[in-house]
Amino acid sequence: MMNNIIVLPLIIPIMVGVILVFLRPYVKTQRVISLVTMLGMVGISLYILNKIQTDGILRLDFGGWEPPFGILFVADSFAMLFVLIANIVTAICLIYAFSSIGESHEKMFFYPFVLFLIAGVNGSFLTGDLFNLFVCFEVMLLASYVLITLGGKKAQLRESIKYVVINILSSWFFLVALAYLYGTLGTLNMAHLSERVAEAGQGPLLTTISILFLIVFSLKAGLLLFFWLPGSYSVPPTAIAALFGALLTKVGIYALFRTFTLIFYHEPSITHTLIGIMAGVTLVVGSIGAIAYQDVRLISSYNVVIAVGFILVGLAVATQTSFEGSIYYVMHDMIAKAMLFLIAGTMIALTGKTKIDEMSGLIRNYPLFGWMVFVVTCSLAGIPPLSGFVGKLLVGEAAIESGSYVLLALAFISSIVVLYSLLRIFLNSIFGETIISPEDEVPLKKGMIVPIILLAIGTVFLGLGAEFISGYVSDAARTLSNPSVYIEAVLGGN
Amino acid sequence: MKINDVILRTVTRIVVFIILTFGVYLFLSGHNTPGGGFIGGLVLASAIVLLYLSNDIEKVQKSLPLDFKLVAASGVLLATGTGLGSLLFGVPFMSQTFAYFDLPVFGKTELTTVTIFEAGVALAVVGVVVTIILSISEDE
Repeated sequence: MMNNIIVLPLIIPIMVGVILVFLRPYVKTQRVISLVTMLGMVGISLYILNKIQTDGILRLDFGGWEPPFGILFVADSFAMLFVLIANIVTAICLIYAFSSIGESHEKMFFYPFVLFLIAGVNGSFLTGDLFNLFVCFEVMLLASYVLITLGGKKAQLRESIKYVVINILSSWFFLVALAYLYGTLGTLNMAHLSERVAEAGQGPLLTTISILFLIVFSLKAGLLLFFWLPGSYSVPPTAIAALFGALLTKVGIYALFRTFTLIFYHEPSITHTLIGIMAGVTLVVGSIGAIAYQDVRLISSYNVVIAVGFILVGLAVATQTSFEGSIYYVMHDMIAKAMLFLIAGTMIALTGKTKIDEMSGLIRNYPLFGWMVFVVTCSLAGIPPLSGFVGKLLVGEAAIESGSYVLLALAFISSIVVLYSLLRIFLNSIFGETIISPEDEVPLKKGMIVPIILLAIGTVFLGLGAEFISGYVSDAARTLSNPSVYIEAVLGGN
Repeated sequence: MKINDVILRTVTRIVVFIILTFGVYLFLSGHNTPGGGFIGGLVLASAIVLLYLSNDIEKVQKSLPLDFKLVAASGVLLATGTGLGSLLFGVPFMSQTFAYFDLPVFGKTELTTVTIFEAGVALAVVGVVVTIILSISEDE
């Protein structure tokens, strides 16, 4: 089957990134090219997503080597929704970076590495081969290592050592798990793996291997094993932190959904119960973190953790409705988390302070910005008609249907905590008496507020337009709950 | 500190050519037999690193005025470019092809598009390895 278009989300950012390396001194040209590229990627993703609705799941066998022998890319609605939102968020974060990142970053290959990062992210979503997933993870991680250390401040280096070490360790675990899997089943093509696990039965050995994968992807997603996350997401410059907060954990979440719906779905009483417990603990600990700190960046980082727990509740419950809820919630979370991180960074840029009790009354100096904080608070708390609502509703509905009342309770208590933690930011820093006199007021750059407004439009659209995207989401959830659809698309005749 | 490295420098002058030849041999024997762009590139890079070791950095840069970051970038561009080139011919991404030609000196030779891809890999490896070594050596 010939669908060369689905390799473009991987290859175009890489090639453009490499071309930008040659354009190192020309900052303006780099900005224009990278933004145009990302907008082009959004267009391509939309086109592929719509093509899937008419033609079914698309696949591309690299070099014409047919599965299960060659490596292939598979684009289903689930993957493409992730790709689409990831590209939109990256484009918006780039706009924020133009006015905030500084020329020294721009000359040190900032744009190429953002493009390499998104290439790795897109590749991870699209690949149909577990080893190729590892490779795409590495592309993404190497780019993120550079982005997190770029600038070389003391705090950045301190946190990046933890980040790099934990990721190298988890990559090594990933490799070991792959070796085990290849040793037992003799294949790494995901559809072929699914078929063979179903034939052989998911015995204790395979379940153990699946738990190894669970650990690996949990480290990447920040499910329970998130101790590295709050520190490392709060040190890089705002635009990079927003990209990390919005995208990187989502790749781990994607991998968890893919492996535990497509390959290891035969022993839900072990694996999915474990995921449920991990999600529950993540929700509790993340909630404690979100209200324990005064630093806006740390509060935002712990909100990332809570969202990971919430999304994985959908995987633990494992019904078609809960998958739909999780997919809605992931899409919402990418947009809203990017917005939250951009807002946190902008607050710090405007006041020069990081703690919420040191800022006050920002809404008097910057009314529009203040209302944007209000929008993100409502959106993350799940207040209709904003985007968080649909996902929470569907996950809640599925949890009730399947009788997972503990997870249901934890998920909704955590929503209240999210609301509380963000209201604390709002009441402390945005409302109240202003501490900035009109003459000391730092002007809010257009380049900073415009991306935040764009993301606000995104969250409103995702909420109000839920009906409009429900077709794509239910197609994605249908593929997740029926592995045979995916297998047929990959291994079925051409 | 000045160390007496006459032996190293004399040996390097000869050995570099042996290493470079071996690197090219490994590169050309690739894709069907052991070898290829990655290994060939590593060997080529080791020759360049040996030059840097035996002479000082400025001296080598004068006779080899390359920005190795850009060498790596051109390599990636070449490798991905050949992959993308298959799109122009309406075949799946990364498709390769080969044919036999009668060349004057070599006789019947197999020429493949893999070689272009491998050349990209080799350039990328040389660029990255030398850049890594140079940035470590530039440190205090």
